[in-house]
Amino acid sequence: MREVLDDIDRWRAAGHRVAVARVVGLDGSGPRDPGATMVVNDAGEVAGSVSGGCVEGAVVSAALELLEGTRPRGVISFGYSDDEAFAVGLTCGGTIHLFLEPLDW
Amino acid sequence: MSTPDPAPLYEVLRATLRGDRPVALATVTEGPGLGAKLLVRPDEPVVGTLGDPGLDRVVGRDALAELDAGLTATRHYGAHGEARERAVTVFIESFAPAPRMVIFGAVDFTAALARVGKLLGYRVTVCDARAVFATRARFPMADEVVNEWPDRYLAGVADRLGPRDAVCVLTHDAKFDVPAIVGAVSTRVGYIGAMGSRRTHATRLERLREAGLDDAGLARVMAPIGIDIGARTPEETAISICAEIIAQRAGVVVPNLCDGAGPIHRPPGD
Repeated sequence: MREVLDDIDRWRAAGHRVAVARVVGLDGSGPRDPGATMVVNDAGEVAGSVSGGCVEGAVVSAALELLEGTRPRGVISFGYSDDEAFAVGLTCGGTIHLFLEPLDW
Repeated sequence: MSTPDPAPLYEVLRATLRGDRPVALATVTEGPGLGAKLLVRPDEPVVGTLGDPGLDRVVGRDALAELDAGLTATRHYGAHGEARERAVTVFIESFAPAPRMVIFGAVDFTAALARVGKLLGYRVTVCDARAVFATRARFPMADEVVNEWPDRYLAGVADRLGPRDAVCVLTHDAKFDVPAIVGAVSTRVGYIGAMGSRRTHATRLERLREAGLDDAGLARVMAPIGIDIGARTPEETAISICAEIIAQRAGVVVPNLCDGAGPIHRPPGD
């Protein structure tokens, strides 16, 4: 979170709404530890990361759905153990759990 | 587009992080009150609620413990904070202040080590008793440049050094590095490394024993400092030192120079 404060400040000053995705859990091998944070604004701009670039594209799509109101806040997972793995898997073979929410707190 | 409504809890988090003060953020990630938050700081009132006073009390206590240990983890609770139940999943994220790297000796290697220390997220202090060397102009990358004797500087910050912090002694001069090492060993600092050849360190060991260090204290000192990657330049040496710090924290076995034999600087191509 610390590393994206400047981006959040800038976006909010410009009137953007912001979605926050944080790594809350890992099964097996994962590139980033719990707490790794990525933020996405309603214009699709991105700061921070939650993996080694493996799932960021999918997180942007989910974040935009969240900000548009077509996806609820909650945990989303990426990895070999679910269907989404085949679309956007982690190269390291683990499963990553993210908590995605709007910055409305 | 209008500016979003003020978000009080985030504002407290933001201000605390900007001030580099410790804070933990607990978020309900599954169960009733999804997304509810509790922000916990040592010796300050909590902000927010997870929706139940019992849950707030237990999570607040756990969050302070996680923060003290610098841990970030997901935990499960009953709806009112009961242990061994799983009605509520709470993600507790610790934001500990940046770890400290204290470098004694304002030499060429110091600038490179300070740069790599900053890259790794350390709050870097350069300390040297010689005012002509310890200047801001020579170490603009450091957070702090202190003109002080090592033992006096360490006495002032001893209670702020802990397992996540590092002390690197690059002075190359017994009259500075003996008090720096003795002072560092008296703290809880996680990593202590001292530069110098094996011969220099053998002589230094005698002086350190004379200064009162026992075997347990001496065992904490990584000297010669760094791991054996054939480093030659100040920058390569800085990488070698930081690799040793990372490996020690992670508990990973690496070829530490202090466990080897023979010259530290091999001729190129050897």
